[in-house]
Amino acid sequence: MSIPTDLKYTKSHEWVKTEADGTVTVGITDHAQELLGDMVFVELPQVGDTFTQKQECAVAESVKAAADVYCPISGEVVEVNTPLVDSPENINQDAFNSWLFKLKPSNSDELGGLLDAEGYQTLLDSEEH
Amino acid sequence: MLKKTPLNQTHREMNAKMVDFGGWDMPLHYGSQLEEHHKVRQDAGMFDVSHMLPVDIKGEGTRDFLRRLVANNVDKLTVSGKALYTCMLTPQGGVIDDLIVYFLTDSWFRIVVNAGTADKDVEWICKQRDTFAPDLEITPRRDLAMVAVQGPSARAKVWQVIPNSQAATETLKLFQSTSLNQYFIARTGYTGEDGFEIILPADEASAFWKALHAAGVAPAGLGARDTLRLEAGMNLYGQDMDESISPLESGLSWTVDLKSERDFIGKQALLDSKSTQQLIGLILLDRGVLRSHQKVIADYNGQEIEGEITSGGFSPTLNQSIALARMNAGISPDTEVHVLVRDKKLRAKVVKYPFVRNGKALV
Repeated sequence: MSIPTDLKYTKSHEWVKTEADGTVTVGITDHAQELLGDMVFVELPQVGDTFTQKQECAVAESVKAAADVYCPISGEVVEVNTPLVDSPENINQDAFNSWLFKLKPSNSDELGGLLDAEGYQTLLDSEEH
Repeated sequence: MLKKTPLNQTHREMNAKMVDFGGWDMPLHYGSQLEEHHKVRQDAGMFDVSHMLPVDIKGEGTRDFLRRLVANNVDKLTVSGKALYTCMLTPQGGVIDDLIVYFLTDSWFRIVVNAGTADKDVEWICKQRDTFAPDLEITPRRDLAMVAVQGPSARAKVWQVIPNSQAATETLKLFQSTSLNQYFIARTGYTGEDGFEIILPADEASAFWKALHAAGVAPAGLGARDTLRLEAGMNLYGQDMDESISPLESGLSWTVDLKSERDFIGKQALLDSKSTQQLIGLILLDRGVLRSHQKVIADYNGQEIEGEITSGGFSPTLNQSIALARMNAGISPDTEVHVLVRDKKLRAKVVKYPFVRNGKALV
């Protein structure tokens, strides 16, 4: 699957989309779901939770393993994708449209430190070797 | 360097996701572990289990040797082809391995042992042989491959693929086997479904696998094998029991013969055991997934006691998480307990396992 160029990425395989209103939407990448296999459970944060960058903020569990999701940038959770809890397999089908939560960034500078699509592709290529 | 089964290249051609399983390069799944699981429960799937090792034991006195070597009683095997599930124990009563013994003739038994323990097992068996039955011949059969075909349609699919096999195997009962030309066919498995485990020459494995595939049998990986066996309430060596644990603490008392006068390695230790630990089944009531090593907390006669999950996972058939856990045997079914998952206490219910058999939920 190609890596969307309108998103930013972390080394821990989260994707980040900057919305028009300044919030950011967060999910896990297609590569992450492929590594995990069939998803069976997601544990989402609660609206109002605040996280610092790289803090554990959600859990994605497949039949195989539980994986922590790390907050890509610092901020406050303003919305969570509750329907995903009942259909975690959506992540397998369309990881880049199966968002987990939205954040109001507390330090937008952190966005600049994330990988772009090309940088993320380079990371994936290096992980294969 | 990972070890490879004769089907390694075939798995790769079928786009398997390969993983290191105890030093073996094995298929985890071929796309979706969940689909493979359902296929076995509803139709037919096949597993490459060639990493497991058949070991032939031959010679006068093989039966006597096995009477001493394993905890179940091979005297139960009176008809040629009959199979017996048993543990092989240390003198301290710990489980060296769990295995199946096939009785072929009075001077030829075949056992099939786990992959991860195969070297240790053969070494142990040969050591016992040297002491008690030096004339016996012990032959590990790495020249053979093994394919498990499992599911409600599994036998019919095998009959389509192996000429004349229907007549030869239709009357086999559970835990019986027969030989047909180069095939050794046993009505056994590790999924809680009907089916066969078939041992055949390594160089024929790939053609056999492809013929089964053409007949509509889905390739299934170790991932589905694990969720299927957990639903079926079958122990996994190294997880649910090992050398530090006795079969009596692992839900395997039914495989241990303490009644007959026969002496076997580990018997005295089991007779002396005062352990009150046992495996129990758990169903998670809250959302989440139970995993091995999570702590179980229960109220027992007004006291808080702890146990540990030995195997846990998501049950695709029940669409709920299930587990086997080791704790005080006095905890009765329907008791509600807590499982510590990350920093949360989740609610779970104690149940009798198996959880699923022959496609049907039992809990």
